[in-house]
Amino acid sequence: MHIIVCLKQVPDTNDVRIDPETNTLIREGVASIMNPFDENALEAALAIKDAQGATVTAISMGPPQAGDMLREAIARGADNVYLVSDRAFAGSDTLATSYALAKAIRTLPAADLVLFGKQAIDGDTAQVGPGVAELLGLPIITYVRKVTVQDQQLEVERAFEDGFERMSVPLPAVLTVLKETNVPRMASLRGRMKAKKVEVPVLKAADIEAESHHVGLTGSPTQVIRIFTPPKKQGGVTLDGSHGQEAAQQAVALLRERKVI
Amino acid sequence: MEAPGLQIDPAKCTGCSLCVKACPFGALTLEPREKFDLPESRFKRIAVVNEACTLCGACVPTCAFDALALDEIERLGDERIEDYRGVWVFAEQRDGQIQDVVYELLSRGRQLADERQTELAAVLISGDLTEPPAALGAWGADRVYWARDPRLAEYNTDYYTQIMSDLIRAHKPEVVLAGATSIGRAFIPRVAVRVRTGLTADCTSLDMDVEQGLLLQTRPAFGGNIMATIICPHHRPQMATVRHKVLAKRQLETGLEAEVVPVAADLQPSLTKILEVVHELGNQVNLAEADIIVSGGRGLGAPAHFDLLRELARELGAAVGASRAAVDAGWIPAYHQVGQTGKTVCPKLYVACGISGAIQHLAGMSSSGMIVAINKDANAPIFDVADIGIVGDVFEVVPQLIRALRER
Repeated sequence: MHIIVCLKQVPDTNDVRIDPETNTLIREGVASIMNPFDENALEAALAIKDAQGATVTAISMGPPQAGDMLREAIARGADNVYLVSDRAFAGSDTLATSYALAKAIRTLPAADLVLFGKQAIDGDTAQVGPGVAELLGLPIITYVRKVTVQDQQLEVERAFEDGFERMSVPLPAVLTVLKETNVPRMASLRGRMKAKKVEVPVLKAADIEAESHHVGLTGSPTQVIRIFTPPKKQGGVTLDGSHGQEAAQQAVALLRERKVI
Repeated sequence: MEAPGLQIDPAKCTGCSLCVKACPFGALTLEPREKFDLPESRFKRIAVVNEACTLCGACVPTCAFDALALDEIERLGDERIEDYRGVWVFAEQRDGQIQDVVYELLSRGRQLADERQTELAAVLISGDLTEPPAALGAWGADRVYWARDPRLAEYNTDYYTQIMSDLIRAHKPEVVLAGATSIGRAFIPRVAVRVRTGLTADCTSLDMDVEQGLLLQTRPAFGGNIMATIICPHHRPQMATVRHKVLAKRQLETGLEAEVVPVAADLQPSLTKILEVVHELGNQVNLAEADIIVSGGRGLGAPAHFDLLRELARELGAAVGASRAAVDAGWIPAYHQVGQTGKTVCPKLYVACGISGAIQHLAGMSSSGMIVAINKDANAPIFDVADIGIVGDVFEVVPQLIRALRER
């Protein structure tokens, strides 16, 4: 069984701060991490590998520094990694990214299962998993919180706002997984040693036969025209709650006055 | 010094670092000029762009020396965008009931359609319904495309994608809107790829450039730290998923009826099968749709203390939420979690009890209509976003709040 996991390197939002003067994100010293939901996708793949044997390939589309994250995937137990990276991909939106990843997946040995995290924490779109599934012509189940594999058949729990559905789908298929799916493992010492020696292979646009008009800015229907910091909240009231009663009454009065309750 | 798209003029760049600070993606750095083959300059450093550049253009206006410029890039698109007319709303139903976000989308959709002097249509995919689809006319829909089939009683990504994509190809709407729900966010991205157009996720506001017919789609990114306005200039339809509760509902007049157009559901068999449907919430209010949410964090100290919040929630008719700290501590199940790795909510009132306001939590709730925060620490970041901040002990303030609410 061959499982391909798609990973994205994202800025660690724990470190993200706003510069109060310029109202922009302070990026200096912000660490790059594996997208948290993608850690769950990788773990789901490794758990299947542990239980019944599988080859796990982790791929990522991004700048050269994303290679470090792929080394981390090796350290945790992935068998192969590929970095899909080319200047031609700069400015790709979710459609162009889906295209490049689908092209990359097609150049690798056929996958029985393709895994994504629910969404990336920098863009929060949740669009690339479904986009890749569409371009590969495979069924997809999103928002998965439990995965089991038996006899070329997946059985999963798909979360909704008010509950879940137990669903089945034959392989090959695509899943996007939630945090509840599992607890990602740490890399073993042996894994780390192994990862150190790994040279991360890079797939360029030509290697995956990506046509130039489908990638980068040219292949991206959407265009960002303005980026701004949301206006800060003005006119907040602070109440002294050391004597709970008074503050509580004031707060309730304010809420009633503004017709919120 | 250049990536395709962003030009940095070495003759103008002073290495002042303004653009480096403005870049939301860390794509600009300052490098010593001597590393490159450049003409002599009195400045030692120059801005350099790397692969992280998304060509968003945020840096360009920050440069005081006009050293930055974005290339005009020719994009591929449908040349006949003028063939696309009308605004569509995906009328999501669950268990035969139209979801609230649909009324919000129709209300805004009506305005957008009026601005463009075009029609508003709803697309309804369902088994049986509790209300007749023509009633969507009261919310501004001129027409309802209705795909009705027993196989469509439960959500299925393949069927929904197929029906929506076929309808778009047949009728060519210029705008397609859907709720950013666990259904909308699951199949709409697949539809957008099938019809090869752009899609903006999780919008919090929609505007129309009437002349150019461009939908201005504004959404948060980086966990709400920045907002981005996105357009889809050369492809149609322009597609967006929109969050709950960010658009106002405006019913026109009850009794107005929309024209119902039956859609023959010629369904290709789907490989995914539903084995069991489990409703977990019971009578509890669904967080995403709640008008009021009472949330607890680390400051509650113990699982039993959530009972106090549940009491406050009952008094307010609210749903109960939690911060990641409370969920990770095992005090309350994960589906109550609000924040970056939990749910994004936008209620009219959000009451944060014993929540310090880590950036990940704020990402999930900072767009709430009104925020009340109760925390012992006067410096907690939650107070930066609060409309009413109460500095005090949750265990003293909350019982008093309950008492004050009962007095009337």
